Amino acid sequence: MNAGDTAFVLFSSALVMLMVPGLALFYAGMVRSKNVLGTLMQSFIMLGIITVTWVLWGYSMAFGPDHAGIIGGLDWFGLKGVGMEPSADYGSTIPHMAFMIFQCMFAIITPALITGAFAERMKFSAFLLFAILWATLVYNPLAHWVWGVGGWMAKMGALDFAGGTVVHISSGISALAAAVIIGKRRGYGTTAFIPHNLPMTITGAALLWFGWFGFNAGSALACNGLAANAFVVTHVASATAALSWIITEWLHRGKPTTLGAASGAVAGLVAITPASGFVGPVSALIIGGLAGMICYGGILLKSKLGYDDSLDVVGIHGLGGTWGALATGLFASTLINPHGGNGFFFGNPGQLWIQFVSVAATWIFAFGMTSIILKAVDWIVGLRVTEEEEERGLDISQHNETGYSF
Amino acid sequence: MKKIEAIIKPFKLEEVKDGLSHMGVKGMTVTEVKGFGRQRGHKEVYRGAEYQVDFISKVKIEVVVDSELVPQVIGLIQEKARTGQIGDGKIFVMPVETVVRIRTGEIGKEAI
Repeated sequence: MNAGDTAFVLFSSALVMLMVPGLALFYAGMVRSKNVLGTLMQSFIMLGIITVTWVLWGYSMAFGPDHAGIIGGLDWFGLKGVGMEPSADYGSTIPHMAFMIFQCMFAIITPALITGAFAERMKFSAFLLFAILWATLVYNPLAHWVWGVGGWMAKMGALDFAGGTVVHISSGISALAAAVIIGKRRGYGTTAFIPHNLPMTITGAALLWFGWFGFNAGSALACNGLAANAFVVTHVASATAALSWIITEWLHRGKPTTLGAASGAVAGLVAITPASGFVGPVSALIIGGLAGMICYGGILLKSKLGYDDSLDVVGIHGLGGTWGALATGLFASTLINPHGGNGFFFGNPGQLWIQFVSVAATWIFAFGMTSIILKAVDWIVGLRVTEEEEERGLDISQHNETGYSF
Repeated sequence: MKKIEAIIKPFKLEEVKDGLSHMGVKGMTVTEVKGFGRQRGHKEVYRGAEYQVDFISKVKIEVVVDSELVPQVIGLIQEKARTGQIGDGKIFVMPVETVVRIRTGEIGKEAI
């Protein structure tokens, strides 16, 4: 056991926890003022719900003893046997509990990311039911495939340092399914959905950037050189993507926007996530630079394809995550991480194929399973609020509150 | 007594207020308003999505003055609020039946 590593992982867990309210603010600033609390709540309450399910069965399903590479068993239900001693498989220098709580924060933020797709129209009860089912049936298996000992993607050699597939592709593609199944907001195409508080969104993006150091550097599970590398490339990619996004929109639309800078920063963070423990700073410049452009393009795509992914989860997390996972197959280098692998540009074109397979499997699994869950929830409680409730806003109709009163 | 309502460009408010104070107008009510006239609105772009915003921000000044002062007040507002560009705003004048100062109970001109 190592005191420095333990302190670092516990502190990183707290940083990732802060990303959840950060995400809440990021999203809430982009909705109309009548939905500000409903939007904040959908992220914030994940801290409640997913923590409980994680302690009870989530952690065991994701990291418990393997069954056929598909899922962990329920041997660790209620954290049975997850104690103060290091686990044999996860973080040999830190208490097993420290690893568990670090992973808990990842499980919390992932369903919260999806909420941007159905913002301003989903019933709160339906949302809670969806979140529990999604965490159990999509997140836990995926986390097991990629990070669990014996998981089939890990065995195949797929590289995902901090959650490009597990967190970002899974939430981004589930968001696509959600936007399609729940349908457009009332007034889509005729009403102007103008963000009600962009300073809130920028504050949220800043908190996300800050917390992401815990997300990526913490994934080294030790306070060492690899953590420093992940910290640096995370920062570099975010910075580059913020710049490349505003340059792209400046050329395309004539003005660089603050929402663009915030969106670009998040796109860069998403893209570097799977690569952060395998690539160096120059690769991070390229990954971030292209992430800003790809995600900007992805957002323009939604109006062409006609789905209402309200806060662009597909464009930023789905496409950014996909780019990041493939980029890991391009730029990974064993000079950075001897336990990783080499990518296409470092003499191993096969890695790109492995990354592609893991991306495709995640797309198919997340889209299919999320669609089934949403149909089931729709059948049980109904997904959408009524038209009248939607018109009055989620704050008053779902929570009996208003965000701003004079 | 008349009430004068002027819808003007927000950045002209200071000049108009100073001018009115200078000529002895003792009070005014100012409101941030939105609306459109011939200037119409403008476009806003969020993540590449363009929205036409029809209502643009203006400031509404309301002053109540003795009827004799009306031409002077109108002249001053027109002079101070004018840029010559479209969207400079409008001035409305309407009769006021009575005025009551709540604290003292004064009625009519003394209460202005």
